[in-house]
Amino acid sequence: MENLSPAFITTFEASERALTTEHLDVLYGGTIQKLFDTSLQFKRNSITALIGASGSGKSTFLRSLNRMNDTVATVNGKIMFHGLNVNQANINVYELRKSIGMVFQKPNPFPKSIYDNITYALRADGEKNQQKLATIVEESLRAAALWDEVKDKLNQSALALSGGQQQRLCIARALALRPEIILLDEPASALDPVSTSKLEDTLKQLREKYTMVMVTHNMQQAARISDYTAFFHLGHAIEYDTTTNIFTNPQGAITEAYIQGSFG
Amino acid sequence: MTEHQKDRFATGVIYFLVGIVVILLAGILGNILINGLPHLSWHFLTSESSDFQAGGGVRDQLFNSVYLLILTTIISLPIALGAAIYLSEYARDNWITHLIRSTIEILSSLPSIVVGLFGYLLFVVQFGFGFSILSGALALTFFNLPILTSNIEESLKGVSATQREAGLALGLSNWKTIRGIVVPAALPGIITGVVLSGGRIFGEAATLIYTAGQSGSLVDYHNWNPLSPTSFLNVMRPAETLAVHIWKVNTEGIISDATAVSAATGALLVLVVIIFNLSARYFGNKLYQKLTAAK
Ligand SMILES: Nc1ncnc2c1ncn2[C@@H]1O[C@H](COP(=O)(O)OP(=O)(O)OP(=O)(O)O)[C@@H](O)[C@H]1O
Ligand SMILES: [Mg+2]
Repeated sequence: MENLSPAFITTFEASERALTTEHLDVLYGGTIQKLFDTSLQFKRNSITALIGASGSGKSTFLRSLNRMNDTVATVNGKIMFHGLNVNQANINVYELRKSIGMVFQKPNPFPKSIYDNITYALRADGEKNQQKLATIVEESLRAAALWDEVKDKLNQSALALSGGQQQRLCIARALALRPEIILLDEPASALDPVSTSKLEDTLKQLREKYTMVMVTHNMQQAARISDYTAFFHLGHAIEYDTTTNIFTNPQGAITEAYIQGSFG
Repeated sequence: MTEHQKDRFATGVIYFLVGIVVILLAGILGNILINGLPHLSWHFLTSESSDFQAGGGVRDQLFNSVYLLILTTIISLPIALGAAIYLSEYARDNWITHLIRSTIEILSSLPSIVVGLFGYLLFVVQFGFGFSILSGALALTFFNLPILTSNIEESLKGVSATQREAGLALGLSNWKTIRGIVVPAALPGIITGVVLSGGRIFGEAATLIYTAGQSGSLVDYHNWNPLSPTSFLNVMRPAETLAVHIWKVNTEGIISDATAVSAATGALLVLVVIIFNLSARYFGNKLYQKLTAAK
């Protein structure tokens, strides 16, 4: 039996933490445990990469953070956000998800215009001020580095955009809700190299204002853009440190084996 | 045989089979139109049907058919949509859901004559609605609901789960995600469902013989008061549709031009179904484009 206890888990000052999990367990269907006792702290205005082999529980962990696993799994443990444990029944998950946005593996824009993609959630929330909506659309698209490419075709279908543009639109759509944290689950895995590097540039810029947690299978990508990296194995967070340390000087034997490409 | 020959043989068989289908359909359609169209005239469309002499039209039957179609769709679409949304978005995978699904499947293959008799007993006799458009529309709703519901359910299920995830991840509630994203995305499929069931309703006779009745009563097209017995909008009056008219002319009819009348009515029926089909698709696409910015 491998040693699955954590080799090293970095921590931050309370004032630096944007989001913290404490002893998080995830049990699919309430019985099949796929994530074990995970306690990680995410630093404000940084990009944290989650790496690990397929099936190691990266998505399971990530999707618990904005409660997207509610309907399929039991999640035990605490998720601390602004001093509040948001993994409780009485938390308004709809409000929570506006503060903790999510971008998925496959770009999933709505079959609506570019403009409506960004404003739909705001309007569904009761925002009627057209001026304000237009401002938010422009701000979000600029922040996602998409404005210049689409400013003349805001009323065209989002489905006509390229995959890379669609993914940046999905980021803009999440930004429109003014989140603090953005969760990204392999956001570049469906994109070509050029779109990927554009997306990476965008994420690096967003670091100024947002805290990002990103699952990736691409080690180079993790090395290129993340500040911190957490390595998952069989549902356990084995090692969590600065990206430099994880890639150059890993503490755990399994981490080292994974980084060197021995498995996964 | 070589691979190449086998391939050509299989392709040939497939072309042959599809040819049979096309020839059959074209033959039926052509036959109906060729026999019927020469008898279709403005006079035929605008005059009352006649019980005894030749030269009657189908004005009332045409109106009744369209009116019943509209009423039935107005009643059944919201119910079917609600049930389909429940089944595709909310229902858990348990025995109750399975029971509902099996019931819907069984009901959708119920012979229309049985639905007609059921409608007769329940609406005509028990509820006392008599032979009326209302009884007919309600019976047709029974006839229509199962298939419409499963068609709509299928098209809702066809919307990718990633769309629902996208909505939820933006902090939208389940309902807002369904209403604003899933249903609009499923619209083309929903429209197809409505169109198909519209065609079935339009051609339905057995259900209506026992519920909407046969005798076309006196109808006044200038009387817009739905409560007045002679108004064309009155839902309590008996109403014969085009399909029922064909049946009646050929069974009980004593008019001398029965063949011509039923051929013309048949052609008219086909034409109206085609027009309904095309226009529903046209307006449906317009709506879809408006909701989705699609071109
Ligand atoms: N909805 C679910 N119900 C049951 N089991 C699930 C569910 N989602 C994931 N799992 C299981 O949980 C384990 C972890 O899956 P998860 O998707 O978190 O892995 P991952 O690290 O994201 O992998 P990948 O790199 O392939 O995306 C796997 O064994 C998977 O089969
Ligand atoms: Mg995953």
